[in-house]
Amino acid sequence: MCTVCGCSGTVKIGDLELTHEEAHQLGLPHGHDHDHDHVHAHDHGAHDHDHGHAHPPLSGGTIHFGLGVAGTSVPGMSQSRLIEIETGILSKNDAIAATNRRVLRALGAFAVNLVSSPGSGKTTLLCETIRRLGSHPLAVIEGDQQTSNDADRIRATGADAVQVNTGKGCHLDADMVARAMDALPLAPGGFLFIENVGNLVCPAAFDLGEDAKVAILSVTEGEDKPLKYPDMFTAARIALVNKVDLAPHCDTDLDLIETNLRRVNPMIEVIRVSARTGEGMEDWLRWLKARLTDKTLRKAG
Amino acid sequence: MHEMSLAEGIREVIEDQARKHAFERVRRLRLEIGRFAGVEKEALAFAFDVVMRGSPAEGAMLEMIDLPGRALCYDCGELVELADRLDPCPNCGSGKLMPQGGDEMRIKDMEVV
Repeated sequence: MCTVCGCSGTVKIGDLELTHEEAHQLGLPHGHDHDHDHVHAHDHGAHDHDHGHAHPPLSGGTIHFGLGVAGTSVPGMSQSRLIEIETGILSKNDAIAATNRRVLRALGAFAVNLVSSPGSGKTTLLCETIRRLGSHPLAVIEGDQQTSNDADRIRATGADAVQVNTGKGCHLDADMVARAMDALPLAPGGFLFIENVGNLVCPAAFDLGEDAKVAILSVTEGEDKPLKYPDMFTAARIALVNKVDLAPHCDTDLDLIETNLRRVNPMIEVIRVSARTGEGMEDWLRWLKARLTDKTLRKAG
Repeated sequence: MHEMSLAEGIREVIEDQARKHAFERVRRLRLEIGRFAGVEKEALAFAFDVVMRGSPAEGAMLEMIDLPGRALCYDCGELVELADRLDPCPNCGSGKLMPQGGDEMRIKDMEVV
């Protein structure tokens, strides 16, 4: 049984069959079945709203054709009807993200969505990561509201990069990433780094098709940042605590940062790094390569 | 957070449904929003009015239904309901909680003519 959701059995994600535990570990969205029917057992006295299921037409005011659009109409009564949708608001985004995920799986490429506040050192960390990955195939999608500065910095390392400017947008969405992926040479067994817009709020809700969200938090931002912005750190699989070389100068309590990270996400992995001094960078690279190997093995198996 | 984008997502779904079910106007729309979804309901209501202009849902009544926030406690193993994301476990007082639902953002149904 999965320790996260309590479900047993497997889930199908695309053409991949995983256990629930694996799906949670990988942060992949998947369904949770129940063993009961969805009968509406709520107390009608407590609500003043209408229901869309098998009620007789009500007299006076609105009627709804209980069984949805296919229901019968009553001549002379209001033509309004109730359509049950039960669709996620971001269902379009999620569908495109699923396609991105399939493309990446077919390639055996591992994609990370790097999320953080502005100024946490994402781009510097990414440049250093690319430098240390050497000749390993990789590509980068850079998201910012304006300018191509970050993509320019990435290209200066020799890596392929596409800049996505979101204009007024505060996050990347799956469609932007799909288009950027089309414009990039993605090699089998490579890494795709997606540097999201610097924002700890909005990108949490938008699935891009990545394998993992990586939250970057620098030591100058305050130990309580995970508590202030819990959604992002809950969605992330790993947190990189960056600029640790500055910790002694800022009186930063690194242990407290980790405690707060685990307070909002007991499953989160944490690595302390400094892109500038190189501290922790080998651990981060090991993590990336291990996840890529996991994915390749799953594809082969 | 990004209520404008959410309102645009709602509009896309409504326009799809309008084509599929051949209706002209949405009178009322019901959303289900989880407590941990990070949605500012007032901001969404404002964005909804703006974004729906020129769509079948222009002027539609928007209702938002709160869904409870649930979390799994990693210490006592209970699935508990939380009013606030950072509340301790009501069962054992632990702070090691992983949200399990409560981040829903769904269009439940709509009344159309």
